[in-house]
Amino acid sequence: MSFSWAEPYEPKHPLMRWIDQRLPLPRLVYGAVGGGYPVPRNLNMWWNFGVLAGLALTIQIVTGIVLAMHYVPQGDHAFQSVEHIMRDVNQGWFLRYAHANGASFFFIVTYIHIFRGLYFGSYKAPRELVWMLGLVILLLMMATAFMGYVLPWGQMSFWGAKVITGLFGAIPLVGEPIQQWLLGGYAPDQATLNRFFSLHYLLPFVIAGVVILHIWALHIPGSSNPTGVEVKSAQDTVPFHPYYTTKDGWFAALCITLFALVTFYAPNYLGHADNYIPANPLSTPAHIVPEWYFWPFYAILRAFTVDFILPAKLWGVLAMFSAILIHFFLSWLDPSPVRSGNYRPRFRQFFWILVADVFVLGFCGGRPAEEPYVMISQLATMYYFAHFLIILPILSKIERTEPLPNSITESVLHGEERESAPVHLGGISPAAAH
Amino acid sequence: MVRIFGFLVGLVFVSVAAWSLGWGVYTFLSEPREENVVHQFHQEPRDLHLASDGPFGKYDRQQVQRGFQVYKEVCSSCHSLSLVAFRNLQELGYSEAEVKAIADRYQIQVPDVDPKTGEATGRKAIPADHFPSPYPNEVAARQANNNALPPDLSLITKAREGGGAYVYSLLTGYRDPATYRNEKGKPLPADQRPGPTSHFNPWFANLNIGMPPPLRTEGQVSYADGTKPTVDQMAKDVAAFLTWTAEPRLENRHRAGLASLIFLIFATILAYLAYQNVWHGGASRRVRATGPLDPENMAKKDAANSEAGMLG
Amino acid sequence: MATVEQSDGTQAGAPEEGVRRRDFINIAAVAAAGVGGAAILFPLVNQMNPSADVLALASIEVDISAIKPGQAIKTTFRKQPLFIRHLTPAEIQAANAVDVGSLRDPQSLADRTKPGKSMWLVTMGVCTHLGCVPLGAGEGENRGPFGGYFCPCHGSAYDTAARIRKGPAPKNLEVPDYAFKSDTVLSIGEVA
Repeated sequence: MSFSWAEPYEPKHPLMRWIDQRLPLPRLVYGAVGGGYPVPRNLNMWWNFGVLAGLALTIQIVTGIVLAMHYVPQGDHAFQSVEHIMRDVNQGWFLRYAHANGASFFFIVTYIHIFRGLYFGSYKAPRELVWMLGLVILLLMMATAFMGYVLPWGQMSFWGAKVITGLFGAIPLVGEPIQQWLLGGYAPDQATLNRFFSLHYLLPFVIAGVVILHIWALHIPGSSNPTGVEVKSAQDTVPFHPYYTTKDGWFAALCITLFALVTFYAPNYLGHADNYIPANPLSTPAHIVPEWYFWPFYAILRAFTVDFILPAKLWGVLAMFSAILIHFFLSWLDPSPVRSGNYRPRFRQFFWILVADVFVLGFCGGRPAEEPYVMISQLATMYYFAHFLIILPILSKIERTEPLPNSITESVLHGEERESAPVHLGGISPAAAH
Repeated sequence: MVRIFGFLVGLVFVSVAAWSLGWGVYTFLSEPREENVVHQFHQEPRDLHLASDGPFGKYDRQQVQRGFQVYKEVCSSCHSLSLVAFRNLQELGYSEAEVKAIADRYQIQVPDVDPKTGEATGRKAIPADHFPSPYPNEVAARQANNNALPPDLSLITKAREGGGAYVYSLLTGYRDPATYRNEKGKPLPADQRPGPTSHFNPWFANLNIGMPPPLRTEGQVSYADGTKPTVDQMAKDVAAFLTWTAEPRLENRHRAGLASLIFLIFATILAYLAYQNVWHGGASRRVRATGPLDPENMAKKDAANSEAGMLG
Repeated sequence: MATVEQSDGTQAGAPEEGVRRRDFINIAAVAAAGVGGAAILFPLVNQMNPSADVLALASIEVDISAIKPGQAIKTTFRKQPLFIRHLTPAEIQAANAVDVGSLRDPQSLADRTKPGKSMWLVTMGVCTHLGCVPLGAGEGENRGPFGGYFCPCHGSAYDTAARIRKGPAPKNLEVPDYAFKSDTVLSIGEVA
């Protein structure tokens, strides 16, 4: 979009010219994902995950809309309607399993996408808004997934809703009124189910809108790349189509294959057996746990076990939300002018500790709130906050970074990036190159 | 500014978490640890191999039919199967006429309304009906079972860790609490013994279950196909039946899965080859730079640059 | 300027062949994506077709032993009204006396009943004009000028064989597929 050597859209077919004169939509697409959008030539596999997240969103919206044709959002019938889908609706079992596992797929690719951003400094200037819009998408995804899980009205649906809405009650003064406002009552019931269904249907479209803003904001400076060195000339880039359409395309096919493997052969592996029990407000399950993608946050929530001026429950809530909110400030917490972890050896070490830390938090979040998991969660929570709020700010002042390549092209020719497009094809479309 | 504030926030969270950790460690060291008795006696499900196991699994229709017989003659007096319709039994190999006969002869009537008086009444089931519940409502069910509610069995194998293996282990797992010893030889403590309305079964999560052992003697059911109806056999068969009731579309799923995966692997390979075409003109062709931009020359240039004091 | 050397690992034939092979793979990849897309479309569209529980009620059985001559019952078939009438000999005679050629929708009583069972008239209770439920099946309901059924919405009048005689309806009341399972039990709808 902002590169002077970008191929302009020149429709050859008379029909395309006719459309272009009246509504420049093909032009927009060409300039965004077609031959008219130059992209650094050295993007590695970690850059595939944004598109995969978009694919996951599409899968969820499509399967969700058809499921909504059969689902009944009423307490007595919700659970039954889901079983009706599984047993009687034509290929209903496939749609339901695809939607349930699609949520997991969406979170896996999004988390990898986020960690890519953390490692390669994608949150740094001039892409701060891209990063912040991404965080908004994550928050919307979490709300959507939470509400979606309530809809089957199983034991975990009900009790998960009870626990999470109960957290709002921890807010001093206004907590209880807010909780009752959210629930439409005193405990999750018909009112809650209905509004969760309505919002669960709505939010994915809000997510789609924010995704458009996210991509628009990205296309102003253009994509970053593994070196963190900005694009300097046409040599540094290749057109999105056909280079990244094919690269994203084959990797997407691979991921869909893995997704199919789980959906068809282990569709309940990532779920919880208790959600196949109809909701019973009078009987609490032995261990209430959310879906796996919330486990790290659940671990942080449960790590605060002792009152300290504020009640422990409130600390847990504050910490859980802060765990995401601190990321909004990341660009200022870590102002190092060197973007990519490839050239920041100390940063790299702490990054891998962070990854391990998040895995540990995730593991503990899925276990019962017993020792030793609570103690481990506490240590892991301490590291998590220390990493972003204490370590990174100090690190950016004292670290010694490695020398950066002068340009992307230079780093490619030095063999630094094994994945890259042939240099002689840089900056121009393949057709012109032959 | 942000960093200073962030630093303080970080210190606060780290300290409060450390405080909780400190207290936790102190409590752990100072207070005696509670022995988790249930944990010491609870048994994980035993292995059960069903024909439906694995990615290529299919239901053994004979076994599932036997299991249905066990359900009908033993379990259905207390447990409903409300998500299964009589017509679903056709998937097990029963003919349409057989299914109609089963529905017709089902002892429990399907709730209905008298068209003349509007009173609640019953009618004979038709294949389109779901299996009726043995009790009209939860209150009646609890009243008949010492305040315990026999759960609906349609989804039981998906609603319990261990699935069919759990059901099988549970049904064959009743033990005498007075003589039982766990793996370490420990006897059951007095406060874990069952009360008057429960029964000791180490495969049950809370060790004592409200359901009395339903399969007690060989021959409780006489199988139509002549298989020996031992307790073990009946337990296996009903576990297989309940696996089917929970997942009737398993065979469709496995078939569709195989076709989908074969196609997807093929498509992924093609997509990868297309990618190689675009990027490298075919997988085997590698582009190497020569001349001023080849690695050796670049290295020389770098050395010269750094000597001259220019940063790389 | 940079020069670039290309080494060919494989034993390629004329470059022409290589290009054609590459094109083929590219086209095949796009085609595979197309096939995948079409395949996924099938369940998305088919899920809207009637589900198994709806199809299970696609055929019903009705016990007609309690219906006396001159009486009719109303029941539902595929969620729509169904009339089953036990015709009296007078009604049968009146139906047979009509000149079939003069009817808007020419059908004889024999066309609309089973052989040997011309006293049993089974029709949908849906007026063929715009879908109202005609009167006449219940006790004391207005049977219209032709003694059969009468639709109060726009005045369509059906005779004793439920054939349209007067009013805007274009066709006779629809006779669904049915069969006598026994002398007292009818099976309505497709028998699989």
